[in-house]
Amino acid sequence: MFDFLFEYRGLIVGTIFIALIATVIWAIFYGRNLIRTERTDAVFGNPERALGGWHWVITGVSAILIVWIYFSWDAARAFNPKAANELCQVGKLSSAINPIRSTFPLDDGFLKGTSLLVRENKQLNGLADQVERLGFSDAEKSKAKETIDLMRKAIIGMTSPEFLDSATDAKFKEIVSKIDGLTSKLADQNYPGDPTAEQIAAAEKNPRWGDSGNEIPAAPASPRGYKFDAAAKEMKTIATDFSKIRNNNSNFLAQVEKLKGQIASLDTLVQASPGTDELLVANRADFVKGLTRVLRRVDDGNIFPPDALNNVQSALVNLDKEQKNQQGGLRYYDALMMPGGEIRAGSNSCSEQGSGRWLPKPSDTLRTFARISDPEIGYKGYPLLWYKMKPFGEMVDFIVPDFISSLVPGHYPRHDTNGIVTPNFKSKVRDFATGNFESFKVPMPSGHVWDSLLRVLAGLFFGIILGVPLGLFMGLSRFSKGFFDPLIELYRPVPPLAWAPLILTIFGIGDDGKIFLLFMVAFAIMVISARTGATGTHLSKIHAAHSLGATNRQILRKVILPNSLPEILTGIRIAIGVCWGTLVAAEMLAGTTGIGFVENVARKQSDYEIIWTTIIILGLLGLLFDLMMRWVIDKFIPWRGKG
Amino acid sequence: MSDLVAKDLSMVFDVDTGGQVHALNNVNFTLKSGELLSVLGPSGCGKTTLLNIIAGFNHPTGGAVYLGDEEIKGPGVNRGMVFQQGALFEWLTVSENVDFGLRMKGTDPKKSKKMVDEWLDIVGLAGFGDIPTYQLSGGMQQRIALARCLINDPDLILMDEPLGALDALTREKMQSLVLKIWKETGKTIMIITHSVEEALLLGERLFVMAPRPGRLHKEYNLPFAERGVTEDTRDIKNSEEFIETREEILTMIWDMEEEIMGQV
Ligand SMILES: Nc1ncnc2c1ncn2[C@@H]1O[C@H](COP(=O)(O)OP(=O)(O)OP(=O)(O)O)[C@@H](O)[C@H]1O
Ligand SMILES: [Mg+2]
Repeated sequence: MFDFLFEYRGLIVGTIFIALIATVIWAIFYGRNLIRTERTDAVFGNPERALGGWHWVITGVSAILIVWIYFSWDAARAFNPKAANELCQVGKLSSAINPIRSTFPLDDGFLKGTSLLVRENKQLNGLADQVERLGFSDAEKSKAKETIDLMRKAIIGMTSPEFLDSATDAKFKEIVSKIDGLTSKLADQNYPGDPTAEQIAAAEKNPRWGDSGNEIPAAPASPRGYKFDAAAKEMKTIATDFSKIRNNNSNFLAQVEKLKGQIASLDTLVQASPGTDELLVANRADFVKGLTRVLRRVDDGNIFPPDALNNVQSALVNLDKEQKNQQGGLRYYDALMMPGGEIRAGSNSCSEQGSGRWLPKPSDTLRTFARISDPEIGYKGYPLLWYKMKPFGEMVDFIVPDFISSLVPGHYPRHDTNGIVTPNFKSKVRDFATGNFESFKVPMPSGHVWDSLLRVLAGLFFGIILGVPLGLFMGLSRFSKGFFDPLIELYRPVPPLAWAPLILTIFGIGDDGKIFLLFMVAFAIMVISARTGATGTHLSKIHAAHSLGATNRQILRKVILPNSLPEILTGIRIAIGVCWGTLVAAEMLAGTTGIGFVENVARKQSDYEIIWTTIIILGLLGLLFDLMMRWVIDKFIPWRGKG
Repeated sequence: MSDLVAKDLSMVFDVDTGGQVHALNNVNFTLKSGELLSVLGPSGCGKTTLLNIIAGFNHPTGGAVYLGDEEIKGPGVNRGMVFQQGALFEWLTVSENVDFGLRMKGTDPKKSKKMVDEWLDIVGLAGFGDIPTYQLSGGMQQRIALARCLINDPDLILMDEPLGALDALTREKMQSLVLKIWKETGKTIMIITHSVEEALLLGERLFVMAPRPGRLHKEYNLPFAERGVTEDTRDIKNSEEFIETREEILTMIWDMEEEIMGQV
């Protein structure tokens, strides 16, 4: 029904965003104007000064919405829906460049060869230190030292420019020319030429931004997009070529061969006389292994003379510059409208990082909400809030306790010899109590929200009807205070969720367990508030009632109960809040319906739109309850605090 | 008729800090039916304690109080009480407060409605029946407390500083009201006050109590209450006899206070 609205949600969100900003500006000017024209009599500290100010309410709400729309990139999508797609292509190029880029100290850190050397030198120094401590014989010792020295020489074989193979150098030159070529292609207006039919088809098949979860259309769809996409592909092959280049000059290879022999002979030497100390034996083996490992890493040939790569680096810097240049306004749009995160390209899709990931767009959230509100769809095959035709008998079964049939005198009927059962009164009562009779159907609310509501209300109901009388008596009688206080104080300080695993095991994961858990929560709160109310009754009122001839019962009902009402209602208000919190957590632990269940499933699927939807539903329901309680308090005890 | 008789009345409180407070020590008096007694004394001399015992809220540690032939063992409808701060039930309307006692007895609503209207008229609050009590001023609340107590037709009316919280003007009007009601109904009234003028004006008899231990210090028989029924109260207050008695009692109480200060 609202599909039409969601079709144009970009436009709508854009309009709303601008309207919100206008509202905030207006409200600020209005407020300033008001301060100038209105002469307030109240001095600082007088609560009068906090009265009114509805325009600040509007400002506050608008500010929250602006922040939400802005940081969730809803505004960005509204004003330039193509931006995400183009940034995705830019992301592709960036991730293609990355393997080469990370070799150089461009963003931060060392040249890759330098950091490798730092590491290997540290290892070698460590090994050299160990030589003395391993209890080697003199022969072994000198052999080990020799090996380490040779290793250092081999490294010099890589870092010294005079040994660098001319073939390797030529390969670098080729890479440089390829990168330069790509740079000039990027600058070329016509690169990469018209899109192929395949590309156009892929672009048309793109999902729209936010169509399913956090998907961002990945196929290029604009001239700039085609350019970056093509450049990314070329860059990938260049990067692969680059990563294949090794510093395998003949001098170095000869040294490596020599080293291998050296280590092998050291190994045989060490193994020949292992000694008896097991720890020492293990440490010596580790020493030899350490040498082998350093050799293997050095053998990779990833270390080059310090200046050998300078040309590649400057070519890369040029490419970087051109790449930024080609983004043009997109870069500023990215910085301004998509704060806190970026769009990254994975192997074949793009995704939002940062706030865009866990803060869903308001318009998408609304659409998701509209979708799961549809009783036909719901969540996990169960509507959020709808009605269902249920036989009246089911309600009777729910309300009338089954055991009343057992109280009826007599026996249940027994089948006769013809195998026929004739019902008697007792069995009829049983049929009635279990709802086992033909009945008309009545509409009953059902759904996740209703289930949660029902659980809270049921827990609250039992908590109130049992807790209030007990609380009053505890306020009035020494026996009940002394007797029940320890029982309540034993379970009350335990956080309700700590009870949950136990209670859910005893009562099952259905409604019973949750209702009992909520009952426990509400009961303790109601007992305490009713007790406070009862003990807070003014003595003179009790005295007055006594001398007006009221009996104890009358005093309880006509004086103490009304006098405790403010505390009781405040207790109910608190209990509702605590019950909500407990319920959602309990539903997350176990169960197959309820708002907490919905949120838990959504959490497992990282479906942030549903998570936010449930958060909003919970917030609104909580607010509704609180407003209701406030209304009840204003309506029924206007005399509160005025006695 | 039923006289109020106090015999060797003593009240000792155990204090948290370990000591004992002799709030009342050997108090003996007889209050005849229809008499108007005012009780005066420095703060803490046991006036409220005495009243609470008579009302039946507390049991004395020694001695007993009799109303007529019966010993007082607990609160009862035959003794009405008016407190310093109304002690109205703020969740009820004015008329619901006034007919509280009748409702507790289960009186026919029609009959009680008539009585409520009569009493509201007497205390000058006709037409205020449906207003919630918390919306009324202090003086109005005190008049309702008076009506609520009187509608039960008690033999004895006990008042603990009933006019203490009122402004001077309202106070004077209320004093006249009390005198009027006393004269018209002929009830026995015992009224505690901090104001010497009020005690003189309202008391047909006057007890001055002394503290530590709380006891009756001096008793007066006064003509002013009788005169107040007919004469203007302001003239009475300006009469020489009134001023003389007032000064005498004031000096007496001053001396007592000074004695207390000296002890501390
Ligand atoms: N429940 C109690 N426990 C202990 N001591 C008490 C208690 N009630 C009264 N007292 C003490 O008994 C003494 C008399 O108290 P009471 O309230 O009768 O004084 P009062 O004459 O009414 O004083 P005021 O004029 O200030 O009302 C005081 O010293 C008081 O501290
Ligand atoms: Mg007192």
